Amino acid sequence: MRARGLLLPLLLLVAAELGMRLSGTQSMALAAPSDVFLSLLSAIGDGSLLVATRDTLTVAFAGLAIGTAVGLAFGILFGLVPPLNRLMEVTIEAIRPVPSVALIPIAMLALGFGYRMGIAIVAFACAFPMLILTRAAIAGIEPRLFEVARALRLSAMQRVFKIILPAAFPRIMVAFRLAAGIALVVAVTVEIAANPLGLGYGILIAQQALDPARMLAYLVWIGIVGYALNWALVGAQHGMFGRAGGAEARQ
Amino acid sequence: MRKTDKQAAARPVIEFSRVDLSFGDRKIIDKLDLTVREGEFVCIIGPSGCGKTTALRMAGGLVNPTGGSVGVLGEAMLKPRRDVAIVFQDYGKALLPWRTAHGNISLALEAAGVAKAERGDRIEHLLEKVGLPGQGDKYPAEMSGGMQQRLQIARCLAQDPKVLLMDEPFGALDAMTRQTLQDELLSIAADTRATVFFVTHDLEEAIYLGDRVVGLLPDPGRIGTMTEIGLPRPRDQLSTREMPEFLALRRSLFDFIEKAEA
Repeated sequence: MRARGLLLPLLLLVAAELGMRLSGTQSMALAAPSDVFLSLLSAIGDGSLLVATRDTLTVAFAGLAIGTAVGLAFGILFGLVPPLNRLMEVTIEAIRPVPSVALIPIAMLALGFGYRMGIAIVAFACAFPMLILTRAAIAGIEPRLFEVARALRLSAMQRVFKIILPAAFPRIMVAFRLAAGIALVVAVTVEIAANPLGLGYGILIAQQALDPARMLAYLVWIGIVGYALNWALVGAQHGMFGRAGGAEARQ
Repeated sequence: MRKTDKQAAARPVIEFSRVDLSFGDRKIIDKLDLTVREGEFVCIIGPSGCGKTTALRMAGGLVNPTGGSVGVLGEAMLKPRRDVAIVFQDYGKALLPWRTAHGNISLALEAAGVAKAERGDRIEHLLEKVGLPGQGDKYPAEMSGGMQQRLQIARCLAQDPKVLLMDEPFGALDAMTRQTLQDELLSIAADTRATVFFVTHDLEEAIYLGDRVVGLLPDPGRIGTMTEIGLPRPRDQLSTREMPEFLALRRSLFDFIEKAEA
């Protein structure tokens, strides 16, 4: 099945290659797949692509870690303390719709160019989905489990670590995967828009150098990085749930 | 052991005295007076809405009365206590799906602060006691309904309960499994000498298991009938259920329910 799924993309690549070659185009936006591939190899060969990847992933992962930690902590807090949740509702809903990239000018002034600015914006973008989904995950815990916790006289800490977090964990993992996707998108966006480092900046420079093959090589590479990231997270999720996962799916 | 004259001497374990419970304007329970004595097996029956589950939740400290008092072992039952175990009907929701059978029983021991080294043996012993020997590695999702309910009972027994509160525990099981579990429950109750407060909608189950059957009337919930069950123990699924006394009790409780529902 998988092999058959690759058929269409391969055909399209061949068609693109033939089209580009036969028309002899000098496009500023497109390049023949073989040129893109060679450009990708050379970018890997001279190390520039790997340095850019390191920079982008550093920003994405650091921002993801900070953003999810903050979102998780507040999501749990608001999920467990409804009065606090009601108190914060308006504030959260007022800040949440602000597009994270709209913070770029402020972050640039406050933090200057470099990792810190990217990390701050990625963290902002990741914190809200994490908060909202964690809060929902906690609200969705089977009420009977709280009664079991009461009947067994679990302490507050035991309740959080033995009941609440494991019960909400599958949904929190989904939120984390979503946040990881957002982290990469925002990290690259910040680089394209402002920050002179990473894969986004690489695309921008290739574009300004009128080198479509290199620009597209970066694009393909970002796709590969995103795919690998998601693949690793899905794998980790399966590994963590194992046989108990069947029960989660049924709930 | 469970003879009536001895029970009169046994100390009271669960005491409802003039218990009222209202949610807003709605009166759920009205002046309920009921005493369950040590080692007694009391079954509560009644039509839906008669407050039998609510009474059990009050005995477990999950709900507090708005009037009167509920006492367990001489203390007001304002919040749950570890020697009072609650077996819920919906075993599928009461078990932790991310923990194995072993882990689910362990939860009760962890809550009680039992040392890790000690847990393994006790869990294995409890699994054996409820008829799940060697099944500790299974997750609830891999077990049948009957096995899951056995597991929940094992977790409750891990609390070393003096009182077992059971809320229609076998209601969702098929007839054969139910009968097997009834007999196992009777032998567990006899072994542990625990006092059992058993809510059910199945009249025959109430008569078969109980030393006493309490019938509640609905709107608001109050006691409608109280019947001592003099059937000899140990009870047997075939011969006990064929006894004339059994059939007579069944008839009179059936009439009670029919009137209560009218």
